[in-house]
Amino acid sequence: MGTSALVTSVTILLIIFFLFREGFGIFSSPSVEKGYVIAVNKANPVGTLHSEEIKKIFDHEITDWSELGGPKKPITLFRISDITKYYKEQELGANLELLPQKLNELLARNPGIIAFLPDSYLPDNFNGKILKLENISVLDFLGGKEWFPTAQPSAQFGAWPLILGTLYVSLVAILLALPLGLATAIYLAEIADRRTRDILKPVIELLAGIPSVVYGFFGLVVIVPLLKDTFDLDSGQSGLAGGILLAIMALPTIITVSEDALRNTPNSMREASLAMGASKWQTIYKIVVPYSSSGISAAAILGIGRAMGETMAVLMVTGNAAVIPYSILEPLRTIPATIAAELGEAPTGGLHYQALFTLGCILFIITVATNLTASYISRKQLKAS
Amino acid sequence: MKISIIQRKRYSQNIAFWAFRLLSFMVVAILFIILGFLIYNGVKVISWDFLTEMPQDGMTKGGIYPAIIGTLCLIVGSILFAFPIGVLSALFMNEYMKDSWFKRFLNQMTNNLGGIPSIVFGLFGMALFVNKFGFGDSIIAGSLTLGLMVLPVIIRTTEEALKAVNDTFRHASLALGSSKWQTVRRVVLPIAFPNIITGVILSIGRVSGETAPILFTVAAYFLPRLPQSIFDQVMALPYHLYVIITSGTNIEESRPMAYGTALVLITIVLIMNLVANALRRYFGKKVKMS
Repeated sequence: MGTSALVTSVTILLIIFFLFREGFGIFSSPSVEKGYVIAVNKANPVGTLHSEEIKKIFDHEITDWSELGGPKKPITLFRISDITKYYKEQELGANLELLPQKLNELLARNPGIIAFLPDSYLPDNFNGKILKLENISVLDFLGGKEWFPTAQPSAQFGAWPLILGTLYVSLVAILLALPLGLATAIYLAEIADRRTRDILKPVIELLAGIPSVVYGFFGLVVIVPLLKDTFDLDSGQSGLAGGILLAIMALPTIITVSEDALRNTPNSMREASLAMGASKWQTIYKIVVPYSSSGISAAAILGIGRAMGETMAVLMVTGNAAVIPYSILEPLRTIPATIAAELGEAPTGGLHYQALFTLGCILFIITVATNLTASYISRKQLKAS
Repeated sequence: MKISIIQRKRYSQNIAFWAFRLLSFMVVAILFIILGFLIYNGVKVISWDFLTEMPQDGMTKGGIYPAIIGTLCLIVGSILFAFPIGVLSALFMNEYMKDSWFKRFLNQMTNNLGGIPSIVFGLFGMALFVNKFGFGDSIIAGSLTLGLMVLPVIIRTTEEALKAVNDTFRHASLALGSSKWQTVRRVVLPIAFPNIITGVILSIGRVSGETAPILFTVAAYFLPRLPQSIFDQVMALPYHLYVIITSGTNIEESRPMAYGTALVLITIVLIMNLVANALRRYFGKKVKMS
């Protein structure tokens, strides 16, 4: 029996272990997939490249070595499929057995070349220079502005747009849900008579019971078209649609927690206020609400935590564009939605897979932090009373 | 005419109270709009065939039978796992442990587990059950993942049920010479049982609706047959709904199927919630009387 009490703690430890083991793998590897190398001419002085630089080179954004601290020489891109531009098929041999030697030749001949090659094709006497690749750093991951995990040759794992997206959506949600939720909580705790309360409470609990995929479906067929028409957008799939849905989903949490907080106000304080001639309304906003303010902030924090972790509904209505959102009416993408959308396609153990676990770690840390903060705040209130 | 302070106070109170009433009913209205919309559109689709046939024509026709069976499998699997562990855990913490930092720590851990987003459970289930234990995408991997997710719900409701049992019962039993375990088994558990069941019912509602934890642990995109063993993949209602509205072969034509599936899903959840509420109310009164 005692061991079963430990199950929750053990589960959390296991979650931490597995999430962080998979997630932190990404910080000890470069952004180029295993089995591939990036090589340049031997005389090229550039020795290391950053993953963002590699991407810019292969996207033709950087076209000259001088931009990377090398000599003034235009960059020639080479992928293994380009080999046919340089050599005829006969020259490579029937089973490509001459390919490694030709690669050697090619790298020696073109001083400005940068080649993205599978290392199985490298000859034993390779005479090019294999570039050292910088490992992905925590800062790159958190602050990177581009999320493009399937980019070749260098995948981009910048989680900043996703983090921003998550924050935006949750912020909209809490801005909508807090006033509405607080008003309902005040009504339930202080104003409504018992019978109304007995009807309203289960209804609000029901709101919490509706599965998020059903909310997502409702959002997709009702809210998204509505937003599209109202704001004249190309697509109603936007941060705002996600925010509205999340607000509805966060309402039960906010209402229940803040109602409990309001109820915790000692009756003696209410009575003192009423005895001084204050009206019931004055008592509510001058005594009860300020007294339970920490409980109400706990409710808000929990609501935000819920909103940040919500997956399916957000995935379905926010349009899933992994770009930095400039307006709430644009499509954006959140951390949980990214995990849900991409994990199915990411090969197990690969960089992309690890990156998604790293996102999971971020999410885990955020939610545990919000939970601990909320329980700390409400415990402080309990002690004070 | 001058309005007295008392009158002004009353006016502002009336306005404020009406505003709050209005906002509260808005919350209720939101629920009824959502439910009404789904029921109105879904009822037309629901038929016996819809519930008992395999999906056909790229999921635009036929029924959702395998998804219903799949969800049932997941419910049974996860509750079989979470119920005994959750109840034992709550019993231990509530009946046997003294108030200490360790108990508070365990409580906090249970709270934390309850707050972890469902997608993180999905990641974890995939890493541990699917990959590490080698279950693959299977009912058992999905059930264990979902089971861990509802564990805090069961622990919490069981604890509350146990706390609601008046100490006089315990004292009376102990005074008669029964042991601690006899007291727990013969006195405390029977009284608390209906409330414990409430937790199970709420968990069933939760399990049947969650999508994110099963995405990578069990759910099949399209699998028109029934599972043969616990190591089989299954379709599940929430994932099926997700699939036919976002990535089905023909999203427009499968729209009616989506309404039907959504209605079946919320019906399960609604019934579970209503039953839990009714139970709580009925036995809540009974325990108080006794």
